[in-house]
Amino acid sequence: MSDFDLTPLRETLTAYAPQGRSGLLPALHAAQKLYGYIPEPVAVEIGLSLDVPLADVSGVIDFYRLFYREPVGKTIVRVCTDPACALASAEGVLGAFNELAGAGTGEASGDSANRHKNQLTVERFPCLGLCAHAPALLVGEQAVGDAAPKQAAQILNQERPMAADHVGGDARTLTAYCGRGHFTSLEEYQAAGGYRALGKALSRSPEQVIDEVKASGLVGRGGAAFPTGAKWLGCAGAPDEPRYVICNSDESEPGTFKDRVLMEGDPQRVIEGLVIAAYAVGSRRGIIYIRGEYTNAFYIMGQAVLEARQTGFLGENILGSGFDFDLELRLGAGAYICGEETAMFESIEGKRGFPRIKPPFPTTHGLFGKPTVINNVETLCNVPYIIQNGASAYRELGTDRSPGTKLFCLSGDVVRPGVYEVPFGVTMRHVLFDLAGGVPGDRSLGFVLVGGAAGAFATVEHLDLPLTFEDLNAAGLPLGSGVLMVFDSTRDVRDVLLRLGRFFTDESCGKCYPCQLGTQRQYEILGRVAAGTPLPGDADRLTEVGWTMSDASICGLGQTAATAVISAMKLWPKKFNT
Amino acid sequence: MPEDISLSIDGTKITVPPGTTIHKAAESAGIPVPTICYHDHCTANGLCRTCVVEVEGARVLAASCVAQVSEGMVVYTNTERVERSRRTILEMLASAVDLSESPEILSMMEETGASHERFPGAERRQPSVLDDNPMYIRDYAKCVLCWRCVQVCAEDAQYTYALNFTGRGFETQIGTFFDRHLPETTCVFCGQCLGVCPTGALKPKREWLLEQGSTMEEVLQATHVKRKRRRKE
Repeated sequence: MSDFDLTPLRETLTAYAPQGRSGLLPALHAAQKLYGYIPEPVAVEIGLSLDVPLADVSGVIDFYRLFYREPVGKTIVRVCTDPACALASAEGVLGAFNELAGAGTGEASGDSANRHKNQLTVERFPCLGLCAHAPALLVGEQAVGDAAPKQAAQILNQERPMAADHVGGDARTLTAYCGRGHFTSLEEYQAAGGYRALGKALSRSPEQVIDEVKASGLVGRGGAAFPTGAKWLGCAGAPDEPRYVICNSDESEPGTFKDRVLMEGDPQRVIEGLVIAAYAVGSRRGIIYIRGEYTNAFYIMGQAVLEARQTGFLGENILGSGFDFDLELRLGAGAYICGEETAMFESIEGKRGFPRIKPPFPTTHGLFGKPTVINNVETLCNVPYIIQNGASAYRELGTDRSPGTKLFCLSGDVVRPGVYEVPFGVTMRHVLFDLAGGVPGDRSLGFVLVGGAAGAFATVEHLDLPLTFEDLNAAGLPLGSGVLMVFDSTRDVRDVLLRLGRFFTDESCGKCYPCQLGTQRQYEILGRVAAGTPLPGDADRLTEVGWTMSDASICGLGQTAATAVISAMKLWPKKFNT
Repeated sequence: MPEDISLSIDGTKITVPPGTTIHKAAESAGIPVPTICYHDHCTANGLCRTCVVEVEGARVLAASCVAQVSEGMVVYTNTERVERSRRTILEMLASAVDLSESPEILSMMEETGASHERFPGAERRQPSVLDDNPMYIRDYAKCVLCWRCVQVCAEDAQYTYALNFTGRGFETQIGTFFDRHLPETTCVFCGQCLGVCPTGALKPKREWLLEQGSTMEEVLQATHVKRKRRRKE
């Protein structure tokens, strides 16, 4: 007999059992809520009721950072120590919590080893998407920003409301209602013209909607910049059914928090964009997959979906058009790789988040092997504007080859970190200095990490570069997810690289050899470089490992895991030599 | 019938049926492309990436075991880029895994000029040998994570699903449900996984014991399985 009362679990599982394996992540989340972790008998029960082989159940538990097979403390503190938070003494904060947990503060003992002490589990954690509130952490599910090491005990003992996100910029087309500290209700959204675009879309043919989006020149905002209209057309034309639409809200790229700000500020816009996408491609079922750490955004999107359903923007016969569509929210469980589209399909299907071999591509073989459109949050938020105002009005913003606006995530050594929405084509100087207030105090700009962990470094020489896909590309800077992480001239790029290196090692899924082995080797070499003690030949090793990952990895994670390193080696070669 | 596809591999023009992988096409042209994880009877997953080739016009290298040919494709199996990736992958593998019983990989290293000492101070995967049943041992310090055992245990052959993964990234290992000993899992000791293991990570227990220097007597003792005999009533 088991020590665990499985009765509540069995009740809960009746909701997930009909989904079969696809219900695995939701079931594991629910089980962990009940028991604090996922003990063996609980995993057995889940496997049996969802018809998932037991070895696969533990394989899935092990893959996702937020699932535990061992007991954990009542409170779990997850401290981000990635670059932006590290600038604001995140290591000190981690150390303070480790002390509270009764463990040492050193690097070796600081990494998720301190289970059970004082009912407190402290973990070093990858970027939480709270970079504008550095140093940031999660206490349980509660986000805490601007933490100081000496406040650790206080943070544990009393609630501390999160400050509103600073949102600014020159053209607030998508972010008009973001950054107010609360989210827009459906009523407010409608009063401001919301859901008119959906009505307009439904009065046209799906082909016309796709044509409008194509004409707008909208490209994906998740990092790959794929033309949205072409993606929709590919899915709409795929012969198989059913078709799925997915909103990729697994925002986990270090330095990126714009999708969280959009969801937490104006959730109906995300839903409206997704419903229009569904209508355009002929999909009746959608999923919004939100990263596991974004519990607040998950809650807000859940409320918004309920409201939209009650009002008839989701469900059967939407706005009397005869079009049926509904969506489900999915919560990730701590895996950056699940932001990769095919890994996300695997995750929704209840598997380890391993990226698939492409081709075939998602537009024809996506979720459950069916035609699927998967778009980033910011991408979808552009859609209502495009449909409502028309492609030519949309193209008045931005440049010819980069139409529209872009959300930039400013963090690090800047006076006003936050999300800035600007038309494509303004300069980096404008965003960094005019909008975000430049580098604080009397310090000067050192370098900027552009595009995220998978990005590259810019220096003062790049400041007058217009922020467009074409100009950044020409300068070898990936726009990525819109990260501009700022470092003053006293900062050491080698420490930044070490943290990025750790991020990729931690987040590699382990499927393909170049990334599974390369991220680890890269991290080890970066450790020596950051300590100022590289071995002879380390620069060559870094280069070869980097290019091997870039050239030979299966997916975008591995292919970009060395981008920042290679960019830094070009800019500052001396820093990598003995 | 769909028309055959013409392509060029290392300058040789060949024609193959549609759906052929680049790997098979190259093989048919007498151009061997090395691979570690690929096995004719397992689903190809393109994991090891030692079979990568350069396809003209493509941004990244293609895993030839899964990438299919297309009309007019121009493929190179031995460019500098290809060789750098192939060699570095082998060097990284040698720095992490005990390849002493992987003759195919060792000769691949020799052919590509890969060094065994390329990565000094590198962390190795060195879990201890799992000896939990009388039939076979699991020495994951020798495991290259080709996935073949997991696949033949599942849909590629046996449908027993005793094996899956633990951890992720560099820390990935093949494992059972909650690290249970094999006799407590769904394993039926069919031996399919041993048959496809390319590195000696999975090995019959008798062979392993003999290598450890056990006497025949001890080997028989350790691997004797009491069988329940069914009697006709």
